[in-house]
Amino acid sequence: MSQHTTAPPGTESPARPRQVGASSRRNEDRRLLTGEALFVDDVHLDGMLHAAFVRSDYAHGILKGVDLSAALEHPGVIAAYAAQDLGDYWEPGPLLVPPPPIERLEFHAATQVPLARDKVRHVGEPIAVIVARSRYEAEDGAALVEVDIDPLPAVSELAPGLEPDAPRIHDQFESNLAAHVIQEKGAWDEARARAHRVITREFVYDRGASAPMENRGVVANWDARSRELTVWDTTQAPIPIRNGLAAMLGLPQSEVRVIAPFIGGGFGPKIMMFYPEEVLIPWISMRLGRPVKWIEDRQESFFATTQERGQAHEAEIAVDEEGRILGVRDVFLTDTGAYNPYGLTIPINTQCTLLGPYRVPNYYTEFRMVFTNKPICTPVRGAGRQHGVFVMERLLDRAADELGIDRVEIRRLNYLKPDEFPHDHEIIFQDFSPLVYDSGNYAEVMDRAAEMIDYAGFASGEGAAARAQGRHVGIGVVSYVEGTGIGPYEGARVTIEPSGRVNLVTGVGTQGQGHFTSFAQLVAEQLGVGTEDVEVVTGDTARFAWGTGTFASRGAVVAGNACHAAAVLVREKVLALASTVLEAAVEDLELAHGQVRVAGSGASISLGDLAARANPLRGAVTPGAEPGLEATAYFGPERGATANGVHAMILEVHPETAEIDILRYVVVHDCGRVINPMIVEGQIHGGVAHGIGNSYYEQLVFDEGAQLLNASFMDYLLPTATDVPTIETAHVETPSPLNPLGVKGVGEAGAIPVGALFAQALEDALDIDGFEVREMPMSPNRLFELIRDAREKDDPC
Amino acid sequence: MGETLTIRLTVNGTTYERSVAPRLLLSDFIRHEIHLTGTHVGCEHGVCGACTILVNGESVRSCLMFAVQADGAEVTTVEGLATPADGSGIPHPEDADLHPIQEAFREAHGLQCGFCTPGILMTLVPFLRENPRPDEERIREVLSGHLCRCTGYQNIVKAVQLAAEQMAP
Repeated sequence: MSQHTTAPPGTESPARPRQVGASSRRNEDRRLLTGEALFVDDVHLDGMLHAAFVRSDYAHGILKGVDLSAALEHPGVIAAYAAQDLGDYWEPGPLLVPPPPIERLEFHAATQVPLARDKVRHVGEPIAVIVARSRYEAEDGAALVEVDIDPLPAVSELAPGLEPDAPRIHDQFESNLAAHVIQEKGAWDEARARAHRVITREFVYDRGASAPMENRGVVANWDARSRELTVWDTTQAPIPIRNGLAAMLGLPQSEVRVIAPFIGGGFGPKIMMFYPEEVLIPWISMRLGRPVKWIEDRQESFFATTQERGQAHEAEIAVDEEGRILGVRDVFLTDTGAYNPYGLTIPINTQCTLLGPYRVPNYYTEFRMVFTNKPICTPVRGAGRQHGVFVMERLLDRAADELGIDRVEIRRLNYLKPDEFPHDHEIIFQDFSPLVYDSGNYAEVMDRAAEMIDYAGFASGEGAAARAQGRHVGIGVVSYVEGTGIGPYEGARVTIEPSGRVNLVTGVGTQGQGHFTSFAQLVAEQLGVGTEDVEVVTGDTARFAWGTGTFASRGAVVAGNACHAAAVLVREKVLALASTVLEAAVEDLELAHGQVRVAGSGASISLGDLAARANPLRGAVTPGAEPGLEATAYFGPERGATANGVHAMILEVHPETAEIDILRYVVVHDCGRVINPMIVEGQIHGGVAHGIGNSYYEQLVFDEGAQLLNASFMDYLLPTATDVPTIETAHVETPSPLNPLGVKGVGEAGAIPVGALFAQALEDALDIDGFEVREMPMSPNRLFELIRDAREKDDPC
Repeated sequence: MGETLTIRLTVNGTTYERSVAPRLLLSDFIRHEIHLTGTHVGCEHGVCGACTILVNGESVRSCLMFAVQADGAEVTTVEGLATPADGSGIPHPEDADLHPIQEAFREAHGLQCGFCTPGILMTLVPFLRENPRPDEERIREVLSGHLCRCTGYQNIVKAVQLAAEQMAP
């Protein structure tokens, strides 16, 4: 099903298999399948102690006292700390993402604290930490801590949180307003005034959990004699954690080593930093001179790991007679929870992604970020993009209805055309750069999706047949874009070992995306070896110490291009040395099967022998020569690359029970050049499953006291194998001009448009006058209510 | 830790005798007492299935059992699936012969982060023994006892189909 229209990079030897573009089996799988792969909770050190946290049961309250004495007397408990025990080490966390340069922007920063002092601001906020010989004893100790809290009324809803009489969460501010941002393009008022139709709607997109199967965890070991602090952390950003810890603990960066080993899924919240536990566990290890482990349990993760979504929109679209978009106005509230360390990334993604693949000449977008007494919001797979896509696609659906135009036609009519790139949307994106799309062919993506799902034939064919049987079967088709692969930079080092094997080290962490394979493919392509001959190391600051992390669907784009660049440099070194050794011109050399060969003659040398020659033990080298066949390279794009896609589904609804069956699900996706189609498809499958969860099964339900009511997998439902359908995929490749490989990111794509698609397909399937989906997530209960309400209105008797 | 009880059990062919607290979960015993960390813990309330092992040949969620309940049992964990090439009893990822189900997961890209995978494998071993030719619906039904956040299950289903084909008598 995939289409490859572009040539792979670098000079080619037709004699050897191509690595880039191949569905290579994964290098990391043997370790994962045999139980040998190291996850953070697998780290075991002699003398290791275990930590458990005491957390707030209240969403909002005055913390009057913490009594650790009973805990400290409990057998097995070694130490216990509350905020006052931290001394000068107690400090609010860093503002991870400062606000971008947008005029008139208002931003009030309040970052999380290591342990609550004076006040608690969300359920699950840490108050004390107990350290014991075993986790069991640490939890015993935690249960003995007496916490005195005077509860305060809590802010659990967005609009009431901004009322003048709302309980104030941060006393230093005048209200719970965390930020206020307006971005504008063209003149919305004029567009509205000359519009044929203006459609206005309100939309809500509520919170869900990232729910990686591995909870968070930190193990720290301070070795005073070797002066090295080693920290194993389930982070998506080991290098920034290393740098931050060194600064906080007053150590040189060279004495801190952070390892993000195999990570059991990230999906965004593991890029958040610093979590209180990341700040405290290393500090405790240094104080006690012993290794300390903390592993989050599943219930803790529902409160203590960051969450996302939580927006309420008032949106308007202005269209002409034919359905052309004249302008959009969107004003929304966005929930940041009790603190806002991640700045404005989520709502700015919402503002930018709303524009989608469309030409929108006039745009007014304004948001207010609100502090609430809920757990902190930071990006979760999609990172605000879902909400923007939901608003725009819903508005287009309504416009199509009112104008009597087909849903696919109104999208086609408004797509940017392939010759309109680069396209400047004249607003600022999350990477602080102007939102400029690099490339795309949106109509082709739509055509393929429509063809695959037989959109043209559905209404008169399958849809009509189902209706005749009294079944409710509908079709949905939506478009989206995703800004991916943003800067600033990543790096990689490639080394050919004397064994002939190739070592590749990069700074990004990996959480299941297949980096051990796709990065290996990029290097193998340049060096003429097999993908399995490239050993990849990620996420260990002792092995590579420069970089930022895995977020914003940027691994393949930014780190991938750094791997490619380093491999190109090593290839040049190989060719230069081989040219001397084999006494042949560089142009006559080819790299294949681990050998450098002179074309047309039998002369050759293995990469391993060349590596040994590049590192002589005696004799003289050319002045200035670097030893070995090794190179380090960095890549930083000018701005992000814009991927896009169309999702389509056929959905059956059973209105009496509100059960659903997804009969077909089609994804046509353009993430530029595909490095490994198998891995890309896997990313899309997982994203869609996450999106299905966020659309119909998963919702974090809080009561009016901001208390989370469904903090377990018994009550918070992740989709299972019986809920997720087979997903049919196809690729269109429009290479990005912004990086040498032409790749765009894909990690989050699958999750982004599912809510919008679900809404459209539900409406089409039910076909009840007045039935409209304006909120996500849906659930069987909520759907049942909406159907009942619409039917009552339709037929009031 | 107060009172302890002595238990004796066989894990992947090796017999272990240990004194343990009655409240120690079997999952914690396996991971932290005998250091077989391939068995993962995802929820500790029996929903996610990551900690699934075989106890006397049957799939069991090890977070829902106390270690003392496994006294006298024959336990198999994911580390016991592949056959060590050198017969040493210590499987090594580089040269062990993977179990056909492990091989199929690799072939079909049935894992991404790999955290839930060991538990799924340990459910599939008895499942495919008892159901050598399962249809897709039956496969999805048995997989619905496991949570995976990465794959969307599609390639896990494919891997099970592939394993069934290759293992069929």
